[in-house]
Amino acid sequence: MTARVTMPIPEPREWTVPAGKQVRDLLRELNLNPEAVIVVRGDTLLTGDRIIEPGDEIEILPVISGGRR
Amino acid sequence: MKCVKCRGQAVLELRRHNSAFCREHFYEYFERQVERAVREFEMFSAADRVLVAVSGGKDSLVLWDCLLRSGYRADGLYIGLGIPGYSDRSAEKVRAFAESRQVALRELSVPKEFGFDIPQAGKRLRRPACSPCGLTKRYLFNREALSGGYNVVATGHNLDDEAAVLLGNLLHWNTDYLGRQSPVLEARGEGLVRKVKPLVRVTERETAAYAVLRGIDYIVEECPMAVGAQSHLYKEVLNRLEQVSPGSKHQLLFGFLERGRGRFQSSRNLDLRPCEECGQPTTAKVCAFCRTRHLVSSAG
Repeated sequence: MTARVTMPIPEPREWTVPAGKQVRDLLRELNLNPEAVIVVRGDTLLTGDRIIEPGDEIEILPVISGGRR
Repeated sequence: MKCVKCRGQAVLELRRHNSAFCREHFYEYFERQVERAVREFEMFSAADRVLVAVSGGKDSLVLWDCLLRSGYRADGLYIGLGIPGYSDRSAEKVRAFAESRQVALRELSVPKEFGFDIPQAGKRLRRPACSPCGLTKRYLFNREALSGGYNVVATGHNLDDEAAVLLGNLLHWNTDYLGRQSPVLEARGEGLVRKVKPLVRVTERETAAYAVLRGIDYIVEECPMAVGAQSHLYKEVLNRLEQVSPGSKHQLLFGFLERGRGRFQSSRNLDLRPCEECGQPTTAKVCAFCRTRHLVSSAG
């Protein structure tokens, strides 16, 4: 009863997490600021209150970009 | 979490607006914010020809998508910077976008045209690559807009970009830059095309969300030349503030634009003349880009 969570950047990372927890708790455990990422499942996005389901494939996308200006 | 408009399942929470939206109402929110920026800052109208500077990243492709959806006459400009691997992958994203929408894309290659790439330029100048990169892009945006008959160049700078630049300028009290920071840099008769930032009212996170929800395929990986850039630190600090106090980035930037900027005067020399070598407007005999181009070539 787990879900697979990936994050492509800055280095590709992958976690297997127990299902049943809220997205916001997952981000907290991974020490990620919810203001700096979006959480993708399939072709949609998950808000912080959504529950991670067994078998979910979830991608966390950091959103910061840009160089020195 | 429910959409504040229709009570359907929300896909994104926007704490700074005390809101959450479903897919369709998020599109509506986002596109309205872009349109509001275009109108409020009088960036351009339907009569203008807009050249969108596209990098293959989420911001510029989302900007192009939004302008096309709103019916603006917007073509793309992609500049190949010669960054190994990254430039090829980003060019593919841009070409695929243009092809899928059957819109015009202008392409340029810095290595082909000038004989050096951006990583080489940084090394030879002993400066971060972002420095010659920014100079080269600004130069080519203006040159290509003029030669192509476009009267506006639009870039994908968003609220986070602008707030981070502002924070940097405040930390260093760059009063000259503070006097100039604006979502619109006006055209000048001497050959400077108007430059605008229509995403100034939306955050980087909202832009990424829009890209994913709309199915816009963008290059997710960060430019390898920008890793460790100071602007990333400023953005992280601002996001930490935003987490504790939603709306901080907007308050910082728009408070400055409304109440702060007028207190700083740019001391920039406004006497522009054509560069003796390339004809582009400059305040010197030879423009900064041509001077840099010579330095890079002679150090090679």
